[in-house]
Amino acid sequence: MHGPTAAYTQHDMKRFLGFVKKEFLHISRDYRTLIILFGIPAAQILLFGYVVSTDIKNAGVAFFDQSKDEITRQLTDKICSSGFFTKTGDLASQDDIDRIFKKGGTKAVVIFENDFGRNLVSRGKGEISIIADGSEPNVATLVTNYMTAIISDFNMDLAGQAAGAALIVRPEVRMFYNPGLKSHYMFVPGVITLIMILICALMTSVTITREKEFGTMEVLLVSPLKPIQIILGKVMPYFLLSFIDVIVILLLSWFVFDLPVKGSLALLLGESMLYIMMSLSLGILISTVSGTMQQAIFISLVGMMLPTILLSGFIFPIENMAEIYGWISSILPPRYFIVIIKNIMIKGTGFLYVWKETLILTGFTVLFIALSVRNFKIRLQ
Amino acid sequence: MKENVVISVRNLVKKFGNFTAVDNLNFEVYKGEIFGFLGANGAGKTTAIRILSGLSVPTSGDAVVSGFSARRQPEKIKQVIGYMCQRFSLYEDLTVRENITLYGGIYGMSRQLIKESTAELLGRLNFENYADTLISSLPLGLKQKLAFSVAVLHDPGIVFLDEPTGGVDPVTRRQFWEMIYETASRGITVFVTTHYMDEAEYCDRISIMNEGRIVALDTPAELRKKYNASSVEEVFVKIARPNGRLHTA
Repeated sequence: MHGPTAAYTQHDMKRFLGFVKKEFLHISRDYRTLIILFGIPAAQILLFGYVVSTDIKNAGVAFFDQSKDEITRQLTDKICSSGFFTKTGDLASQDDIDRIFKKGGTKAVVIFENDFGRNLVSRGKGEISIIADGSEPNVATLVTNYMTAIISDFNMDLAGQAAGAALIVRPEVRMFYNPGLKSHYMFVPGVITLIMILICALMTSVTITREKEFGTMEVLLVSPLKPIQIILGKVMPYFLLSFIDVIVILLLSWFVFDLPVKGSLALLLGESMLYIMMSLSLGILISTVSGTMQQAIFISLVGMMLPTILLSGFIFPIENMAEIYGWISSILPPRYFIVIIKNIMIKGTGFLYVWKETLILTGFTVLFIALSVRNFKIRLQ
Repeated sequence: MKENVVISVRNLVKKFGNFTAVDNLNFEVYKGEIFGFLGANGAGKTTAIRILSGLSVPTSGDAVVSGFSARRQPEKIKQVIGYMCQRFSLYEDLTVRENITLYGGIYGMSRQLIKESTAELLGRLNFENYADTLISSLPLGLKQKLAFSVAVLHDPGIVFLDEPTGGVDPVTRRQFWEMIYETASRGITVFVTTHYMDEAEYCDRISIMNEGRIVALDTPAELRKKYNASSVEEVFVKIARPNGRLHTA
């Protein structure tokens, strides 16, 4: 025979599980929720990965070789075999340059002067011009940077071959952690940060206000379910699903973009859980101040999504912001999570380097929960 | 008579700051009775119901509902009452059966009992063919009946109905009241608020609240006699708007 306490907890658990199951039914019946939960993360990853990519891969380049000697052939080969560029044509005259740009597909034209090889050997100097398509400024800058790097590399090789040549000191710039300056390193942490806020804050605030709007919340409150069970039951499914989302995004970034987690995976997942809890408590807080679903959506989107995208350091570096935006940014929880996730994913640092941010996120969570409880009590009065 | 008391309210007061929403209520409700709770908007009905259903704690005084104190055991009260509010309270995107199972589970019924009650309920309402239909595709009248049946699924001693027939057509309202009678005949006490005065006539006893106080409490017939009125509506107008008597006299 069960004691009264045991019987109660057993009943409580059963009640709670039935309630959680109902929440899963809601989610599975609403295709819009499913799209937000799984469609948007995948779409964002692929969008940022392929379309908004700031990397160069197989950019078209044409050559106007007026010298056609051994050295220009070697340099052409080197450029085309780098993986960054694909040859789109050999030009015969100055006029062809304009023509090939207009045809599209060519981002840059490399011009070797007459007798390039001979000049290089005899005078130690050869002239190359790189003409980039300035109608896409970002691409143009990247193309010229990559091209310059390849050419100076070629220079080094030549100098090395010529034994006894004077050593030339040249600066070498290397990017730590992200040697290819791959934008994936930037957007995968950003997308995780954004998606979690979107799913957790938006979805929980909407699902709770929906119960209020439809009057079912009142019935639930009068039922033997405790308020804490109602709230936990509502957010539990979203906790699980967002956690699955984190894992899906990490797998995508690993297999599609070749970006593994450098640091401890366990730490990263733990921090993600903390961040999810923070976002959920924010969602609960939003639901306590909004009476309708529209209000909840508005507060979540305008109040959370936009600042997260613009001010959390996801796209624009915080260091470059005007001071006031920096201040606003410092009260946005996502800002701290971005630091945490970048540190763990890309630099591979341990907890010692992110404890401060972890503490701040914990503080936000506690604050949001406290405010929600207070609002809830006032309403119940 | 004393053994049959299921709700006993003693000197019940609820204040919000300086505002007294419920001012010293005293009344009793008996087992199997249909008790009508009337009053204009803002008269304190909702506040009183919230206390009686364990949602709100009284400022002073107490109410004993099915043997549990609203002051000290509101959680116990919640387990032994049923509740249906004005706004429709089943989940539109769940099926009839899923809704029944959900509420049965919330009220701690065993799986076996839920199964039996569901079959019994569906049979009584001639709902067998709708068991796996989404609530959203049912007409309002059916939804309302179903909501009421779900509210008494766990066989509570008392069911609170807060304006259950708001926005429902007269035919459905009549059918709904037949269900209320049937429920009361099973020994379940029905505590109902309504705006429709014709519905008040169906109640065994009615109480009329005004400015936080109960100003009249008796059977509809006695009230009509006492206030020399032809209907409860007239009684209500005379009581709730005392000035009205001067004008109509």
